[in-house]
Amino acid sequence: MHAETEVSFRDAAAKALLDPQLRANFRRAMDGLISKRKAQFPDPADLQDLRALSTAIRSRSLLNLPALLERLEASCAQNGIQVHWAETCEQANQLILGLLQAKGAKTLVKGKSMVSEEMHLNAFLEEHGIEALESDLGEYIIQLDDETPSHIIMPAIHKNKDQIARQFSQKIKDAKYTEDVDELTAMARKVLRQKFLDADAGLSGVNFAVAETGTLCLVENEGNGRMSTHVPPLHIAVMGLEKVVANLEEVAPLYAILTRSATGQAVSTYFNLITGPRGEDEKDGPQEVHLVILDNGRSRIYADPQLRATLRCIRCGACMNHCPVYTRVGGHAYEAVYPGPIGKILTPQVEGVGTRHDLIHGSSLCGACAEVCPVEIPIPEILIRLRREATHADAGSQVLGRGTGRTASEDWAWRLWAAVLKRPAVYRLSAWFATRFGWALPAGAPLLKHWTRSRTKPVPARRSLTERMRAEGGRHD
Amino acid sequence: MQEVYFYGTCLVDLFFPEAGMAGIQLLRRAGVKVLFPEGQTCCGQPAFNCGYWEEAREVARTQVALFPRNLPVILPSGSCAGMMKHHYPELFHGQPDEAEVRAFSARVYELTQFLVAVLGVKLTDLGEPVKVTWHSSCHAVRDLGLKGEPQSLLAQLAHVELTPLARESECCGFGGTFSVRQPEISGAMACDKAADAEATGATVLLSTDGGCLLNVNGTLEAKQSPLRVQHIAEFLWERTHAR
Repeated sequence: MHAETEVSFRDAAAKALLDPQLRANFRRAMDGLISKRKAQFPDPADLQDLRALSTAIRSRSLLNLPALLERLEASCAQNGIQVHWAETCEQANQLILGLLQAKGAKTLVKGKSMVSEEMHLNAFLEEHGIEALESDLGEYIIQLDDETPSHIIMPAIHKNKDQIARQFSQKIKDAKYTEDVDELTAMARKVLRQKFLDADAGLSGVNFAVAETGTLCLVENEGNGRMSTHVPPLHIAVMGLEKVVANLEEVAPLYAILTRSATGQAVSTYFNLITGPRGEDEKDGPQEVHLVILDNGRSRIYADPQLRATLRCIRCGACMNHCPVYTRVGGHAYEAVYPGPIGKILTPQVEGVGTRHDLIHGSSLCGACAEVCPVEIPIPEILIRLRREATHADAGSQVLGRGTGRTASEDWAWRLWAAVLKRPAVYRLSAWFATRFGWALPAGAPLLKHWTRSRTKPVPARRSLTERMRAEGGRHD
Repeated sequence: MQEVYFYGTCLVDLFFPEAGMAGIQLLRRAGVKVLFPEGQTCCGQPAFNCGYWEEAREVARTQVALFPRNLPVILPSGSCAGMMKHHYPELFHGQPDEAEVRAFSARVYELTQFLVAVLGVKLTDLGEPVKVTWHSSCHAVRDLGLKGEPQSLLAQLAHVELTPLARESECCGFGGTFSVRQPEISGAMACDKAADAEATGATVLLSTDGGCLLNVNGTLEAKQSPLRVQHIAEFLWERTHAR
């Protein structure tokens, strides 16, 4: 529909819809996550209280963002964590490469980090002769197939057990074929254990960075986060600049709502609070800890009072789990690092609303995402805002690509639409024609042909409500 | 005698006039005088949702002007009511007529909301036993904020058995222009909704919203299903008025 659109969510989604295995995998997995989350929030009032508190904490963090980031840098420095700032992904990649090269590191073992996906760090390091190995089981699975995550917290959720069994038997050395989940996990564990011990450096994400104490919080279930951050001599953490909170008290409610919203767990198996490198008398832990704080368009989002809500996100993935579109097409169809509803508002803001016009219109605005979002991000409202920015650009707007999604044909269509509907006489005449001759419209007419792909043609009633009320002769005022 | 305005909405006007008539009859039977101003077209939601706010405002202005008196404005649609109640203030933010529009928005109700919360209607079922299922339209619930008013009306009908959908609150895939911009996804959602409805064993699927009904109906017809759809207003009126 738009010439500027380089990627097409519609095409990719249409392809995904034809894959019954994929659809079944997602539906089953998402149904499981939905019911587990539900079980964690038995009392709607309690849930609403926790959401309101979490929203307030995240909003306040953003309100004080510049000050909190400065505080974080100072607290981290005090703890011996060296802080680095990167405006772009390229800068962040170069920074990390520099840190690795300074230590002569050749292998990097990674905990899970969506920001590193955003940076396409693995590919970058590979170009520079450094092996980056994913250690989160899901990330490990997709790395074997050279795929990207299809979900932000369950990256391999598009695959089922049988698919993974086949993959492991083909890609892991000396692996036998088994569909037993425990055996499959043990196989990956064996490979990964050795990698943790051998790796020259470890990399992780950050769920919350605490400004007051300089603490990096890492939520995980597999222990790979702890291994990646504690075993190798060098630990590099990467985070988006929005992840900071004021103090440890604020972490408790956010953590409580994160695990419950994400996987339906009251607590995660591991919760790491990283406060610096190995102390003088300590026997383990890395010798150096670095924190790379990435902007990549976040400052621009931050500058807009409405769009800033995007940055409240704590990356739980509940919006995707509950999204009727995501559930049917899966994460890869979005052709973006962050799929699902949050990706639909984040990606166009980072890459441009014109180039990702496909994403902002890929929603029925049903609101299931906003209903479950633990920090109450009004995703449908932001989608509408971005649709407006794509074609018109608000005064003073900083939205990337504003006004570039506009086409003459759509402009004309809406002008015509308004011309008819703001003139009751013209509408009545059109309605008269529609009710008398609407049935004769061919099913292949523009727009209608899309409707009739899977539906019969809608046929107007023979007399409109307006006509019937007129005929009734009631008082109309 | 209490007076109210009735706003038909474009979909009811063109595709479900019976539902509009039924809504008006339900109100009249409850002792309310219904005013139906001439000049009604569309609430403007399609343009609003697509980012064409100037066009949406032009249309919305003409509609607000039809309802000058301080009377409730009743709509047989949760989606259009949500637009007029919650999104008009947003659409007219900073406009010279913002105050006037806000005053209008405050008077907007969806039909079942008004029947239950304001009129407290009591219904007597005169129909044969029937099994129905219910689709709770996304905008009616999540946008406008319905809290089970339609279901509470259905519950008053002695011979109506409500068999819930497995995924009652999941979107049917209509989404206005979404249905033609993303026809494959929209179609897949509609097919799932239709299958869910068929699996309930109900003979009719009810909803507050013409958009959802049009979408599900077209899908059911395409698969030649015997299941039909009906607007709740029409269903309530059919079952409760003596012929």
